[in-house]
Amino acid sequence: MPDVIMPRLSDTMEEGELSRWMKQVGDEIHKGDVLAEIETDKATMDLEAFDNGILEQLLVAAGALVPIGAPVARIGDGSNIVADGAAPAAPTTAPTTAPTDAPTAVAPAPATAAPTSPARPTGELRTSPLARKIGREHGLDLHTIVGTGPQGRITRTDVDAAIAKQETAVTTAASAPVSAPLAVIPQPATTSTGSTDSVAVPVSRIRAVTARRLTESQAVPHFFLTSVVDVERLIAFRADANASLAALGIKVSLNDLFVRASAVALRAHPEVNASWGDGVILRHSHVNVGVAVATDDGLLVPVVTDADQKSLGAIATETRALAGLARTGGLSLAQMSGGTFTISNLGMFGIDSFTAVLNPPEAGILAIGAASDVPAVRDGVLVTVPTVKITLTVDHRVLDGAVAAAFLRDLTTLLEEPLRIVL
Amino acid sequence: MATKARTRAKQVDAQGGDPAGTLRDYYEQMSLVRAFELRSGEMYARAKIGGYCHLNLGEEATVVGLMAAIEARDYLFTGYRDHGYALLRGLSPERVMAELFGKTTGVSGGRGGSMHLFDAETRLFGGYGIVGGQIPPATGAALALKYQESAGPDAAAVMCLLGDGTTNIGAFHESLNLAGLWKLPIVYVIVNNGLGMGTTVEKASAEPELYKRAASYRMPGLRVDGDDVLAVRDAARDALQQARESRQPVLLEVMCYRLRGHSVVDPARYRSPEDTTIAQQSDPVPSFRAELIASGVLSEADATAIDEAADARVTEAVTFAEESPEPDPDDLFAYVYATAVANAPSALPGEPVMDAL
Amino acid sequence: MNTDTDNTEAVTTRTITYRQALNETLRAELEHDEKVFLIGEEIGVFEGSYKITAGLLEDFGPDRVLDAPIAEEGFVGAALGAAMLGMRPVVEIMTINFSLIAIDQIVNHAAKMRSMFAGQVSIPLVIRMPGGGGQQLAATHSQNLEVWYAHIPGLKVVAPSTPADAKALLTAAIRDDDPVIFLENLSLYSAKGEVPDGEQIAEIGKAAVVKTGIDLTIVSYSRGTTTALEVANQLEAEGLSIEVVDLRSLRPLDRDTICASVKKTGHAVVFEDDWLSYGIGAEISATIGEGVFDFLDAPVRRVAAAEVPLPYAKSLERAALPSAADLARVVREVLNLAPATATSNDK
Ligand SMILES: Cc1ncc(C[n+]2csc(CCOP(=O)(O)OP(=O)(O)O)c2C)c(N)n1
Ligand SMILES: [Mg+2]
Repeated sequence: MPDVIMPRLSDTMEEGELSRWMKQVGDEIHKGDVLAEIETDKATMDLEAFDNGILEQLLVAAGALVPIGAPVARIGDGSNIVADGAAPAAPTTAPTTAPTDAPTAVAPAPATAAPTSPARPTGELRTSPLARKIGREHGLDLHTIVGTGPQGRITRTDVDAAIAKQETAVTTAASAPVSAPLAVIPQPATTSTGSTDSVAVPVSRIRAVTARRLTESQAVPHFFLTSVVDVERLIAFRADANASLAALGIKVSLNDLFVRASAVALRAHPEVNASWGDGVILRHSHVNVGVAVATDDGLLVPVVTDADQKSLGAIATETRALAGLARTGGLSLAQMSGGTFTISNLGMFGIDSFTAVLNPPEAGILAIGAASDVPAVRDGVLVTVPTVKITLTVDHRVLDGAVAAAFLRDLTTLLEEPLRIVL
Repeated sequence: MATKARTRAKQVDAQGGDPAGTLRDYYEQMSLVRAFELRSGEMYARAKIGGYCHLNLGEEATVVGLMAAIEARDYLFTGYRDHGYALLRGLSPERVMAELFGKTTGVSGGRGGSMHLFDAETRLFGGYGIVGGQIPPATGAALALKYQESAGPDAAAVMCLLGDGTTNIGAFHESLNLAGLWKLPIVYVIVNNGLGMGTTVEKASAEPELYKRAASYRMPGLRVDGDDVLAVRDAARDALQQARESRQPVLLEVMCYRLRGHSVVDPARYRSPEDTTIAQQSDPVPSFRAELIASGVLSEADATAIDEAADARVTEAVTFAEESPEPDPDDLFAYVYATAVANAPSALPGEPVMDAL
Repeated sequence: MNTDTDNTEAVTTRTITYRQALNETLRAELEHDEKVFLIGEEIGVFEGSYKITAGLLEDFGPDRVLDAPIAEEGFVGAALGAAMLGMRPVVEIMTINFSLIAIDQIVNHAAKMRSMFAGQVSIPLVIRMPGGGGQQLAATHSQNLEVWYAHIPGLKVVAPSTPADAKALLTAAIRDDDPVIFLENLSLYSAKGEVPDGEQIAEIGKAAVVKTGIDLTIVSYSRGTTTALEVANQLEAEGLSIEVVDLRSLRPLDRDTICASVKKTGHAVVFEDDWLSYGIGAEISATIGEGVFDFLDAPVRRVAAAEVPLPYAKSLERAALPSAADLARVVREVLNLAPATATSNDK
């Protein structure tokens, strides 16, 4: 025998309140008997029995809101009587409360649980959703962070600062030899807030953008690899090349050779010419190498597109033009977009070696130091050899150490056997 | 342009019976409306008045005639071309001008502007800016009167003014039907100035003899010369009497000319020169003035003195309006609700709607 | 946006007003398709209350440019009926305030027919009308009722903010087979901008990022977009980088573009001319909350009109309408910056 269900009693009704049971479990029921009163959105109506039999069980208690079609009682032959007292709690139309936090691979972040934590005293933790998300990704305990937003809200600025602090601690501890890591651009001054003896210097738009991008990049898990390149042949090669290109008015710099060499190496290692894209690794079909240029307003990174397809002369000419535009503020957005790898060269400033900050979403950036002579034994003779230290910063989400090392080794070889750069 | 139905010879003395004092009063009123409207146009040009501004220029005889017929106990509903009616309903030129200036001393506290003059005390129940907007509520006011008091010579009635173009909106037809059906004490007055903005009556109404539309609702419909102040007054008085005493709604069409553009910003280039000429020739103010002088009611000097007094009166109104305070932005939310209500909005633009909990 | 397949030759542009862009587009569409005709009050002899239809009666005659009596419900419904028979009427309602008289025909009929009659009829109807306050037109004549229409399934609602969009969206609207509410704005009519020559057809349902930035997203439409750009440029001089999303289409709403922008900036302010409660901004905020909750670094804020019938007096009107200064102030608040020093407070 079918269950007694909540009937549809008006055109606009979606659920009804079972306001009063008129029969009790064990009562004999005849078709048309009034089992209960139902209150709809419009009126109080009778719930009539469509079957004969014994009322065996009440499935909802008086007062329950029941959607149309849901069972409210059971009529049978009397063999399955369930006592009144056993009537279950009123089912409501509210969906069963499902756990909202579907477990994900992400490590549980203590912060997310905080707002609901019963132990939490008065001043609840205020955080922006974005700060919570970043915190979760970095396993931060947001309780340890002081919010500087409205009403003490922890915002992105606060978590970014916390992460930066954490990472400086980690990197300095891990890579002891790299003393005082010199970034291409100074870190955004996240810690200066509130300092009374600082002067606020308004920043250019470029600097503001740079600050944002770099802060973003600090959230990327990364590592550094350094290689020492013997550049004796590279320097000789450059001299030769310039001698033969002089007629064309083209002058090749060491940097142009680095651009070209990187491009060739990237073509050979497509796994490095890639970026992290929300759960997938994007491998780029073009090899576009950005070249960091310092300008009065801040750092700009014009991009040499398809650098692996271009001749050394073309790269030299193009890089020079782009750098010029960068310094005069004439770069278009297009000329700064689409990079897949960046080169930052502080050699001309006499910097021996340094690590560069990733230029998101690119997976790698190469930091090039100044050439310096080191003693070496050649054919049993002690000589000095010019060398350059190059340091690769790698997005660990995209690349692991061994793969990155293979790329850097090949790049080093290319630079040491420069003919291969142009072949 | 519809030819006007002249209902009588334009001879004041032919009316007989109207004492000279009354005629003089009417001229003073016409002169005041004329002076006020000319000055309003000027003040608009001087950017003292904003928004839309529609003038009664050319309709002065109609305005005076209708306002001479209506009693203090009656209710008046009108469209947005309402300055003259407000003045003759007894509102001071100061308060009307102050409203146009958007000042607190204005009849609607500076909140309504030119199109929305309202004065509960004198039963001027609004100025309405939406075409036809006044007709259903006017009809409802008549319904309330019918409910509140019994018919008779002392009963109140409603006068609802509307333009010729307004007779084409559904609200007009729906309301007249209700009034005819329920026998409501209301007189609908079509102020037919020949144009709704740039559209002539002939181009807008399939039955351009608008008073005939009354037939559909079994109510009397009649037409009167709007340049003739006495004819307008008498026709309106008669119609109001039917409304008061027999609960018989009436449709009265008053024929006049709009002297200028639809509003102060309309140069009315679409008007033919002939039409403009007719409008100017039938201008009721100079012609009534001339009639009164010809019939000996006024001397030329009297008439000039009246005109000058009207002008001086308007100057006082402008000074008053000029010197009155602007509404205080802190009072922005005043008057929105009659019954105080929980959670009534009070945020200014950009203010957070609530404090974060 | 140019659907011409041949994009190779350079498109020439001219700087014209929004009004002129509308006028030229109506003319072009009257020429393009003889099923197109115009209906409205005072659009012929009077040349339109706001002169959008100037010269069209003269050139196309009274069959194509119909002066209608003051009977909004009647002539909007009549246009709807003509559209059912395959005509392409373009109705002008003098201002959006008067469309309330026609709302039954628009909401109960135009919006419903296609789906209610199982696709047997389409309604290629365009209703053009300006909204907007700020001209001291008082409570009944200053409303921004777009959300009334944006709420209705079956309608498409577009709101161009530039002369170029006025052209491309109007062309799209006229060629569209559904009822399109084409929202203009009194204070945009004289705005100038570059408009590409030749046929331009926008895609209805797409928003545009009209300025890129990384710190905060301002979402707006119609007149509000021009104010948003003004404020964004002014703040840029102070080192803030503001992105401006111009909705262009209120229904359907391009939620992806809004969310993609806010995902990047983490901050959003909606600038709208309508009243705050239940307004356009309410929908945008909810969308952002749903789509990019995890990327929000501050609550979404709305800069909208004060919830009063708009008073006539200038002092009250100014206080009630959302201004550039209000927007700039709220942007700073959302970014948790110190308020700008004095000057910009015009309230
Ligand atoms: C419903 C509506 N539609 C259109 C308008 C715009 N409008 C204002 S006045 C007017 C003409 C009215 O003409 P008429 O009724 O003859 O009055 P008049 O201006 O001649 O006094 C129009 C179309 C409006 N205010 N309301
Ligand atoms: Mg008229």
